[in-house]
Amino acid sequence: MAEYKRPTSEQEFAKNFSPKKPLMSDTEAYYESSRCLYCYDAPCINACPTGIDIPTFIRQINNDNKDGAAKTIYESNWFGHACGNVCPTEELCEGACVYNNSDVKPIEIGRLQAHATDKVIRSKKRLFITGKPTGKKVAVIGAGPAGVSCACELRMLGHDVDIYEAKAKPSGLCVYGVAPYKLTNEEALDEMTYLQEQFGFNVHYNKPVTGRADLDRLEKEYDAIFIGIGLGGTSKLGVPGEDKRGVIGALEFVEELRNKHQSTLVGSKVIVLGGGNTAMDAASESCRMGAESVIIAYRRGPEEMGAYSFEFDLAKKSGSKALFNVTPVEVMGNGSVTGVKFIRNKTAYGKIEAIPGSEFVEECDMVLLGTGQGKQVELLEQISGVKLDQKGRILDNRGRIVVNEHYQTSNPKYFAAGDAVNGGVEVVNAAAEAKKAAHGIDGFLKK
Amino acid sequence: MADLRTNLAGIKSPNPFWLASAPPTNSGYQIMKAFDAGWGGAVWKTLGVPVVNVSSRYGSVNYRDKRMVGFNNIELITDRPLRDNLREISEVKKRFPDNAVIASLMVETREEWHNIIRDVENAGADGIELNFGCPHGMCERGMGSAVGQEPKVLQTIVEWVKEVAKVPVITKLTPNISDITRPARAARAGGSDAISLINTIQSIVGVDIDQFVPYPIVDGKSTNGGYCGPAVKPIALNMVKNCAQHPEVNLPISGIGGVENWRDAVEFILLGATTVQVCTAVMHFGFGIIREILPGIERYMDEKGFKTIEDFRGKALPNIKHWEDLNLKYKVTASINESKCIGCQLCYTACEDGAHQAIALSTDPANRIPSIIDENCVGCNLCSLVCPVEDCITMERRDDAKQHLTWGERTAAGNIPKGFNDELAGGLHHWVPEPMEALAKKKPRHYKG
Ligand SMILES: Cc1cc2nc3c(=O)[nH]c(=O)nc-3n(C[C@H](O)[C@H](O)[C@H](O)COP(=O)(O)OP(=O)(O)OC[C@H]3O[C@@H](n4cnc5c(N)ncnc54)[C@H](O)[C@@H]3O)c2cc1C
Ligand SMILES: Cc1cc2nc3c(=O)[nH]c(=O)nc-3n(C[C@H](O)[C@H](O)[C@H](O)COP(=O)(O)O)c2cc1C
Ligand code: SF4
Ligand code: SF4
Ligand code: SF4
Repeated sequence: MAEYKRPTSEQEFAKNFSPKKPLMSDTEAYYESSRCLYCYDAPCINACPTGIDIPTFIRQINNDNKDGAAKTIYESNWFGHACGNVCPTEELCEGACVYNNSDVKPIEIGRLQAHATDKVIRSKKRLFITGKPTGKKVAVIGAGPAGVSCACELRMLGHDVDIYEAKAKPSGLCVYGVAPYKLTNEEALDEMTYLQEQFGFNVHYNKPVTGRADLDRLEKEYDAIFIGIGLGGTSKLGVPGEDKRGVIGALEFVEELRNKHQSTLVGSKVIVLGGGNTAMDAASESCRMGAESVIIAYRRGPEEMGAYSFEFDLAKKSGSKALFNVTPVEVMGNGSVTGVKFIRNKTAYGKIEAIPGSEFVEECDMVLLGTGQGKQVELLEQISGVKLDQKGRILDNRGRIVVNEHYQTSNPKYFAAGDAVNGGVEVVNAAAEAKKAAHGIDGFLKK
Repeated sequence: MADLRTNLAGIKSPNPFWLASAPPTNSGYQIMKAFDAGWGGAVWKTLGVPVVNVSSRYGSVNYRDKRMVGFNNIELITDRPLRDNLREISEVKKRFPDNAVIASLMVETREEWHNIIRDVENAGADGIELNFGCPHGMCERGMGSAVGQEPKVLQTIVEWVKEVAKVPVITKLTPNISDITRPARAARAGGSDAISLINTIQSIVGVDIDQFVPYPIVDGKSTNGGYCGPAVKPIALNMVKNCAQHPEVNLPISGIGGVENWRDAVEFILLGATTVQVCTAVMHFGFGIIREILPGIERYMDEKGFKTIEDFRGKALPNIKHWEDLNLKYKVTASINESKCIGCQLCYTACEDGAHQAIALSTDPANRIPSIIDENCVGCNLCSLVCPVEDCITMERRDDAKQHLTWGERTAAGNIPKGFNDELAGGLHHWVPEPMEALAKKKPRHYKG
């Protein structure tokens, strides 16, 4: 099957993982921006979680004011460049573009956005001036999309910010999770450098906030604390044999891939368990790493997969096959994985039921678990006053999952946004929520 | 099958499509190539007094991704030796005897005019075009538009020309004048056999905002140029119509200005032109555009049952009236075809901000299809013009088609508004919102403030 040769050099890796949305040239951006109708109360804007004024930035590109375009983008979304590349635009702005209603190709908003922001990032041009110092200090836990967005906005409001990040690089899942054909490490990190130089927040790398002692210190030193820690590692599958060699969480696999590129070990027969976007990514990535066969196995039918249909299409196009209505019951093997035993399901009234006697073994030498990410309950539980529900979601002071416009938790000093709150959506949601959280913090600090 | 042959004041050509006197007719090489491609005639790049050209020479108006919707130049008449041009004219005529070759001329003295006319006639030119139009470079030397703007001088020169010319004489008019029929009438008075119009319009196409110099730039400086291309077609059509309708002009017309496709040509012919001339479109796309033009006009003529160009020449002229003769009782209002609407709401914002607040949005944000408020709609057309979907907004007739009343008739009947606040004025009965309502209006969420 393998459409992709196993990459052995950086060039071969780059070829197999060539960008899904390549950067637009000036000419292409000019032509594409010319097509935008400049709709009134444009549906594309309303479909963007951060509400970027899309027709305006497109018009600015068209009128040769790319700095202005970038500014329009960043004013609404501090992850403007990352989002241009990684957003599921088919489901968001581009999916809402009025051109879809006349069967004309929608405006390539994501690529135009990446084009404009790439220009300013490269030119290092300063677009924003931080707010008048308020003397207040905020600690941000996690330098992912939520944490960094919150930091930028807080700096605009004049507050000092220190970010504590567990890992060695900023941007969270943008460097550790998102598929490499959407965003390269370089692109993600260049935007982070651009933002940090402009906003002057401090980031303390390799400084996980782990226990009560850390929290005590933060509470003492800072006027408010923002939680942007995202989710935890891949959840357990809960079947015998899942500790065998060759069984890896999809998230951990992607993280290795993002950092080790072609040196990442990939089996020749890979089974990916799950039906979400992470599972689809892992399947597409395994194909691109030269696996001979990649099988996505999902408990229910295709229409019930959590993944976007375009992600499933991409996985298929990359060479993956899919097995539907199967539940893994055991990971087979002697030390190393040699296969997965499945049982077939039928779905009755929305519930899956195993079909007795339908077990079969699918051979493989690697299993990727796309079974979802756990919550970072251990840390959150140590924050006095912060309440969680049974699923580990952060609650506000009225017992609701934090969704109010202030993103304040039941401990008034703590605010939270991003995956840690919404349970894992997209970069753009984290950016949108964190911006609002920053205003929540600002309101709290002004009290 | 449509017969495209034309005869403009005795100048015959296999079809009405001529190349205008310009860079595409600079040489025998180009004109042979054009005739070979199917063009009916060519007006040779203006011959005359010796000149020197500058570089650069052209500027352009681009609209979004569309290049050269307007085009301007600061080029002069031909800078090639007269003897080469004359030799090439005879060569072209020998090879293409049925195609029209017209020599465009611009000289100063009566003697120069007489000499050059004999030269081009001897070379075999089928006609002569007098260039009284060039708006830069030559007028400063008392030629081109300097002549075209002085009907008396123009008439005198036409008379000199007619003293010797054996072939038909076309006078080319400059649009840089307030009443185009004045030079047209002067041309007729001087004995011209036909007119052609328009030449280029004095223009500055744009300014380099970093160097602070208009385009085109010649060593850091610039000058006004002559404007042409698709953007000038409306001006040209109007001037052609003015000449075609004026009883004292009464001369065959070769229409020029922004012709690029068969439809443009049909429009010029419907307003009275016998032939059309093309420059910018060929400079942009080459002689090959004739491959679209010829079958286009043939299909149109066949569909309409027109056998010859004469069958529809001037057919739109009787329908062009003075404003005061238009029917004030005729009423149309806009109508949106919901099944075609894509929900861009451009019509809404255009009518709301730029017209008469006659389009409403649904209170349900999920429904993006606007609706027309019939009582507010004045039938201006704006929404139908901005709508990006073909035939989505149409203008529907609302009056009973029985009444007819014009401003002229009302004036005659003494039934027109007299004072500034007169009951009889139109706007008095038209609803407009109160000014303060503007600030109370709900705004889209991304609007500032
Ligand atoms: C495989 C995969 C693919 C994805 N693909 C896309 C995509 O294509 N497009 C898209 O829009 N979204 C995608 N997402 C989702 C997107 O990455 C997340 O929604 C987004 O990154 C959430 O941002 P965040 O800041 O809330 O969390 P994260 O990005 O997870 O950032 C959290 C940060 O906090 C740090 N941290 C965690 N715990 C601590 C601690 N105790 N102390 C200090 N620091 C800590 C982490 O190291 C990390 O840097 C994908 C997610 C995954 C898993
Ligand atoms: C519908 C319409 C009505 C106009 N009415 C007037 C007018 O009443 N008074 C005036 O001085 N100009 C009037 N103009 C001319 C404009 O002020 C302007 O000079 C012209 O449209 C050129 O500018 P533009 O290319 O930006 O349209 C009108 C233009 C339009 C399109
Ligand atoms: S919906 Fe499409 S055409 Fe309309 S403003 Fe947005 S991008 Fe432009
Ligand atoms: S025709 Fe004019 S007034 Fe009527 S709805 Fe359209 S834009 Fe408004
Ligand atoms: S301009 Fe046309 S397509 Fe757009 S909302 Fe109005 S009617 Fe619909």
